[in-house]
Amino acid sequence: MAERLTKSAARNIFYGGSAFFFVTFVALTLHSHYYMRTISTDEATLTEGVVRGKRVWEKNACINCHSILGEGAYFAPELGNVWVRYGGRDDPEGARGALVAWMQSQPSGIERRRQMPQFNLTDQELNDLADFLEWTSRIKTQGWPPNDAG
Amino acid sequence: MKYETQRIAYWYFVCAMALFVVQVLIGALAATVYAVPNFLTGILPFNILRMIHTNALIVWLLLGFFGSAYYLIPEEAERDIESPMLAYLQLAILMIGALGAVIGYTLGIHEGREFLEQPLWVKIGIVIGALIFLYNVSLTVLKGRRTAITNVLLLGLWGIAVFFLFAFYNPDNLAVDKLYWWYIVHLWVEGVWELVMASVLAFLVIKMTGVDREVVEKWLYAIVGLALFSGLLGTGHHYYWIGAPGYWQWIGSIFSAMEVAPFFAMVVFAFTMAWKGRRDHPNMAAFLWTLGTPVMAFFGAGVWGFMHTFSFVNYYSHGTQVTAAHGHLAFFGAYVMLNLSIISYAMPYLRGRAPYNQVLNMWTFWIMTSAMAFMTFTLTFAGVVQIHLQRVMGLTYMEVQEQLALFYWMRLGSGIFVVISVFMFVYAMFGPVRERVLGRTRTFAAPAE
Repeated sequence: MAERLTKSAARNIFYGGSAFFFVTFVALTLHSHYYMRTISTDEATLTEGVVRGKRVWEKNACINCHSILGEGAYFAPELGNVWVRYGGRDDPEGARGALVAWMQSQPSGIERRRQMPQFNLTDQELNDLADFLEWTSRIKTQGWPPNDAG
Repeated sequence: MKYETQRIAYWYFVCAMALFVVQVLIGALAATVYAVPNFLTGILPFNILRMIHTNALIVWLLLGFFGSAYYLIPEEAERDIESPMLAYLQLAILMIGALGAVIGYTLGIHEGREFLEQPLWVKIGIVIGALIFLYNVSLTVLKGRRTAITNVLLLGLWGIAVFFLFAFYNPDNLAVDKLYWWYIVHLWVEGVWELVMASVLAFLVIKMTGVDREVVEKWLYAIVGLALFSGLLGTGHHYYWIGAPGYWQWIGSIFSAMEVAPFFAMVVFAFTMAWKGRRDHPNMAAFLWTLGTPVMAFFGAGVWGFMHTFSFVNYYSHGTQVTAAHGHLAFFGAYVMLNLSIISYAMPYLRGRAPYNQVLNMWTFWIMTSAMAFMTFTLTFAGVVQIHLQRVMGLTYMEVQEQLALFYWMRLGSGIFVVISVFMFVYAMFGPVRERVLGRTRTFAAPAE
């Protein structure tokens, strides 16, 4: 390494540069936080049902098979847009009914096909989860995923 | 071993290796479920397997970091660890938490954010353990000699603890939740963990090559500078599609593309120093791991990360098996191998022996590294096929997965070799000692020691 760069110069560049980039990062995060709460998500429709649904999603560790907005395990389908895939934009009641029926009918028992466990959710929990997935499908995600397959 | 309290590291390494075994065994079960979908149905569902696989990994890597700190800080600070009793108390708290969490998971007791599934009491235990640790090592360093290695190591370890606090913040708004979730996940593995990695690597290089400390420490600051300059704003590559503003596609693409730089610098650093040192350290197995770590980190974290980090690529690859491929080789190359390096280096001192079982350990290196590379290739091919069928052609997820069965079988095969090599490593380190001096190694004392 160049002889001109002394150890103390390298140290000062490290500390100074890191502090600069960290402050920049935090500032952009705060702007993104504001953007998410006002533009990309609809907090007016972030109802108690949606919040309870998020807890149902977490309590059952859905994310360790599925992905949501592309994050999670990759063992089961993407659910960020499952509401769209089930036709929820045109027929919300139909999509809700189909989601509930799907979860109640698991595991399918079909040989050589991945099995989703039966989580024995109550009607309330199933509806809350549907609320959460519906709300999530309306997050403005810069056009991701590329198609309905997720 | 120059300081009695370095022995603390021994028990951290023992516990780390125990969890390493759990991690790979459960990983093999999860890989089996991919290949044989009805396997374990109704007994242990996939989400629980994956939870144990990832959590055991994270905890054992952290135990390895703590053990590394307890091993190298006395030599760097030139004094014993402040309180061995607190160090063992910390280990006990973390192990009770880890075992409690694993048993709880199998019974369905868990939280549900990815990697943060630990119940609240375990999270609080982790924080208490971290506080004890930071108190103990910080005091040791402050009262002793301060070096660049301990400076960077402590900054990394403090960063780990501080960013973990975001685990207690779970916003109702899913997008905001994800925004700060990455403060833990990304700022750990692509931020402060790299500080730990670079400083431990620098310590090993000084010890094994005998190159002048001034030179090594200058490299160290340059490497960690590159890591944070690229890695902090590089977090943007996780903000493309979660409801964050569009400017992250620019910032994330540019800065995360540069995340390859610190890993490349580590490769150049390790090999330059090895060349400059030109001295034979008797522990050739540890030296092999130490040179292998930056190379595999460069490929796993650097190249495989670069491959899908640009937003216009990531738009198609996000959340596919390509991500899984990158995740596996990045964690292995950077952090698993780093821990195995320092364990290989430290264990002979901790057991009061000349370097032992070196041939077995070197076989372990080649088998484990090849198997992980093969696993990464199979998942990468699976991912590319998946992207085309699902994201371009628009086939449904489950239809596409059926097309990937061959890749999942090959991944299972390579995973079994990883499991075998992990047992070989544990046996080589903790099993009976066969002291045999290798032909190419001279027997006089190592340089710099």
